[in-house]
Amino acid sequence: MIETMLQSLDALLLLLFGLGALVGAVLMIVARQPMRVAVALISTMFFLGGIYGLLGVHFIAAFQILIYVGAVMVFMVYVIMLLEVRESAGLRYSKLLLPGLVGFGLLLGVIIIAIWRALPSPVGKLGESAYGIAKFSATFLNDYWLHFELTSVLLVAAVVAAMAVIKVSRRARHG
Amino acid sequence: MDRTQLLLGLAVALFSLGLLGVIVRRNVLVMLMCMELMLNGVNLSLVTFAQQTATTVGAMLVFLIFVVATAEIALAIPIVLLLVRDKRTLDLDAYSDLKG
Repeated sequence: MIETMLQSLDALLLLLFGLGALVGAVLMIVARQPMRVAVALISTMFFLGGIYGLLGVHFIAAFQILIYVGAVMVFMVYVIMLLEVRESAGLRYSKLLLPGLVGFGLLLGVIIIAIWRALPSPVGKLGESAYGIAKFSATFLNDYWLHFELTSVLLVAAVVAAMAVIKVSRRARHG
Repeated sequence: MDRTQLLLGLAVALFSLGLLGVIVRRNVLVMLMCMELMLNGVNLSLVTFAQQTATTVGAMLVFLIFVVATAEIALAIPIVLLLVRDKRTLDLDAYSDLKG
């Protein structure tokens, strides 16, 4: 009894979070001010974190909130406030609006039909085959240690590149 | 409808909405945020597939995408700052002389 109630609550929450994420994404396209777009994206990320939590991958949910909302989006909001370029009464959409919409519809239609038709039957049931962070970390550092090291190289390269961008512009400004 | 199909449909919707935003919006910062939305859609599909096949490879890829997204933002934001300092606007049409 309680088991089935919990399962239906799970499904309901999944549906609600999915709907919230979708609404946030649509608001991102419609909203005019960059700050509103940022808030919509943050809400979408929170809903996605809820979905990850419901699926049983709690560490990905935590990192979704920590890295995406906590680092990337705070950085983005900070830049929006820093720039404070007022949008004049200019257009919201570029002249590619119609082809963009057509391409959007085609892409969505084709992939949704493909998903609907042929999906292999799942090995594990969703939300049940949850693997904890212990198994994940062991796999990560045993089998994928090279990728892990390569990400650190990538991060160092990104930091150096960002500093180089700033430096080049400063040199250009001073002559 | 199956839960896997629902989640994959949501992932596709997020990805294509992000692509639509990158194509149709004119504001550079909004385009960057739409790229983040595309990455989020990919992450959702990876997690769903990882759950479906009960492997850890999907979660590993999600972690790599986190790192790449962070590096991308760390590089893109200074470039946008420099562009805005040069042109005093976020409108994409003002940067059309970058075509060369």
